[in-house]
Amino acid sequence: METKAEKREKQLLVSIGPHIGSEESIPRIMWAVSISLLPAFIISVYYFGLRAIAVVGVSVLSCVIFETITQKMLKKKVTISDGSAFLTGLLLGLNLPSSIPLYQPVIGSLVGIVITKHLFGGLGYNIFNPALIGRTFMLITWPRPMTTWYKPVAGITTMDAITTATPLGILKEDGIGKLIETFGDKMNLYINLFLGNRAGSLGETSVIVLLIGAAFLFYRGYITWHIPFSFVGTVMALTWIFGGKGGLFAGDPILHLLSGGLILGAFFMATDYVTAPAIRKAQIVFGIGVGALTVLIRLKGGYPEGVMFGILLMNCFSPLLDRAFKAIPFGTIKRK
Amino acid sequence: MLNFRGGIHPPENKWFTEEKPIVDAKLPKKVVIPLSQHTGTPCKAIVTIGQDVKKGQRIGEPNGYVSSPVHSSISGKVISIGNFPHPSGKDSPSVVIEGDDRDEWSEGIKERPDYLSLGNDELRKIVMEAGIVGLGGAAFPTHIKLSPPKEKKIETVILNGAECEPYLTSDHRIMVERPNDVFEGLKIIMKILDVTKGYIGIEDNKPDAIETMKEIASSEPGIEVVALKVKYPQGAEKQLIKAILDGEVPSGGLPMDVGVVVQNVGTAVAVYDACRYGKPLIERIITVTGRGVNEPKNLRVRIGTPFSDLLAECGGFRNDPGKVIAGGPMMGIAQTTTEIPVIKGTSGIVVLTRKETEQVEYCPCFRCGRCIDACPMGLQPSILSILIERGRYQEAKENNLFDCFECGSCAYVCPAKRPMVQFMKLGKLFLSPKKG
Repeated sequence: METKAEKREKQLLVSIGPHIGSEESIPRIMWAVSISLLPAFIISVYYFGLRAIAVVGVSVLSCVIFETITQKMLKKKVTISDGSAFLTGLLLGLNLPSSIPLYQPVIGSLVGIVITKHLFGGLGYNIFNPALIGRTFMLITWPRPMTTWYKPVAGITTMDAITTATPLGILKEDGIGKLIETFGDKMNLYINLFLGNRAGSLGETSVIVLLIGAAFLFYRGYITWHIPFSFVGTVMALTWIFGGKGGLFAGDPILHLLSGGLILGAFFMATDYVTAPAIRKAQIVFGIGVGALTVLIRLKGGYPEGVMFGILLMNCFSPLLDRAFKAIPFGTIKRK
Repeated sequence: MLNFRGGIHPPENKWFTEEKPIVDAKLPKKVVIPLSQHTGTPCKAIVTIGQDVKKGQRIGEPNGYVSSPVHSSISGKVISIGNFPHPSGKDSPSVVIEGDDRDEWSEGIKERPDYLSLGNDELRKIVMEAGIVGLGGAAFPTHIKLSPPKEKKIETVILNGAECEPYLTSDHRIMVERPNDVFEGLKIIMKILDVTKGYIGIEDNKPDAIETMKEIASSEPGIEVVALKVKYPQGAEKQLIKAILDGEVPSGGLPMDVGVVVQNVGTAVAVYDACRYGKPLIERIITVTGRGVNEPKNLRVRIGTPFSDLLAECGGFRNDPGKVIAGGPMMGIAQTTTEIPVIKGTSGIVVLTRKETEQVEYCPCFRCGRCIDACPMGLQPSILSILIERGRYQEAKENNLFDCFECGSCAYVCPAKRPMVQFMKLGKLFLSPKKG
């Protein structure tokens, strides 16, 4: 006697075409993005010590656990293996200061995964970037720990308690003169910002390693130029025009490019598929919008940095932008 | 390189057979000839059980204008008339003929060396009576395409040699092995349509075909051979016209709306064979290929030959076959059994292994936008699939659902593995008046 399973094996599979598919899948993409953030994570350990591992570890673990619990409670299939909760945790952790009390990322993860992601319907349905909502919640709830920054100490184990402001913080409070003085000279300032040797969130400081990760994402085709370039371009243009004290066109766009969370935000967070527009033209407008809001907050707002709020505010507009720039079906343009 | 917007580039997998010359398949012992092998109304059988038939003898009478006759592809005896499995998936009225191995032509077949002196109406009638339909896969009766309404002035004929479906190489081999006949067929089509400009579009992955055809074109004024970018679905009519002429067939329209008639290269050869040698369409070239077949081949096959015969001729299955597809892997139809006849529209038999056809659960759309970039029709498949998933069919219609021709590019690229083509078909089904 053949068992049912054996019998089925012998039958031919019937389904509607296409009968072949690309290798891309959600897990493959999510894990690849996570891998692209690995250099940023490693450099954060180099600059901020083992504490970086603790913060990122707690964030990742909480996100994964909260996703499991929520999906179990909602009687849905548990999808932690798709890597998206892992990535949310990784992004959240990399967006936090090294000195954050470790229970706080747990709460941030709760807000990000449970409320922002799953109560809105889970992956694909969330309006806002879960990691950024989690971080926003933390910033509002614990403003002090969330803005207490330590000087990087090149060394794995030490945790010398020298607090300092971030470059954007110094720029906001004391002006560019003070910032240059802190780093010696302008060139030195740029180099240190580029390498990441400055105070800031764990994963945002080193522009060079972030760009290595971003290059990998470009190579794999997971991100395109539309969002990051329009975003970064807008920030540079507007800070150059309005960023200076002595009138228009006196700002320092390179300083703004290299500091804060711009690179991390532009290449790894504003590009989130779920919360950004899908239409290419809409993506450019989205990027410009995020850039403009970032600069508005950086130059005129109460916070030194505006990337997070810029992305979240533009997330609201993603569906609208997609609708406004709807693809034009073939054969519907009247030609002469 | 000539191109269109959107599209995808799946692994071509043509190396299995692209170098293999066409060989005659063994004469089948038995053929099952469906009375419906074309887009349009099925034929009426005009033979009875027990009747002797000859090769090329008409056995099915066209029923209405959009219809096409069918002929016996072997000589023998009609042993059954009834419903038999059809590659479309539904059982369909068919005539079953048992062969007598004599393979004798019917008396009515006559050569016409002077076919060029025939009038256009006569040529058109020959094409119709030969039962010629589009051999690219859609199987639209060719005589109708050659009889455009008066108000549609046809200016250009395009022969489709793109063969953009992965695996398939039958058109490729036809262009390499019978290039002159392709040109003769094209010239007949151009004559019937009173057109002076003809193009043959070939994807750039067939350099030998392009070279051979270009050589002949150099002495054929008015006919141009053009290389096309290798991209699926380059061989879709609207995309082909866009690439070659930069013309856009209006939404819901036909190529004739922009003054173009598109025919497959295989169809052109069939037209030539019918006009020059009086041969009705009783055989075609197909590619039997894939990792599930022992010896992939390009075969000249009698219409009605069971897939099982051809698979046996290609050494049978290997590697645990998972899917047997009539046509290419993008738009072809998966079969439940190999007791299925080759029909006029069967461009190939692709056998995929079980490993290649693993089914995965699909996820919600996570809005990556890959399908929007891939859609050759400029649609937003992601949105359409979500609307249809939620039963919002009318909105899907307003978002140009009916422009979708189910090429499957969106489903191919989707990382969430969503069954996009099923969604589109479902939406269209619910919107069609029959469903109510």
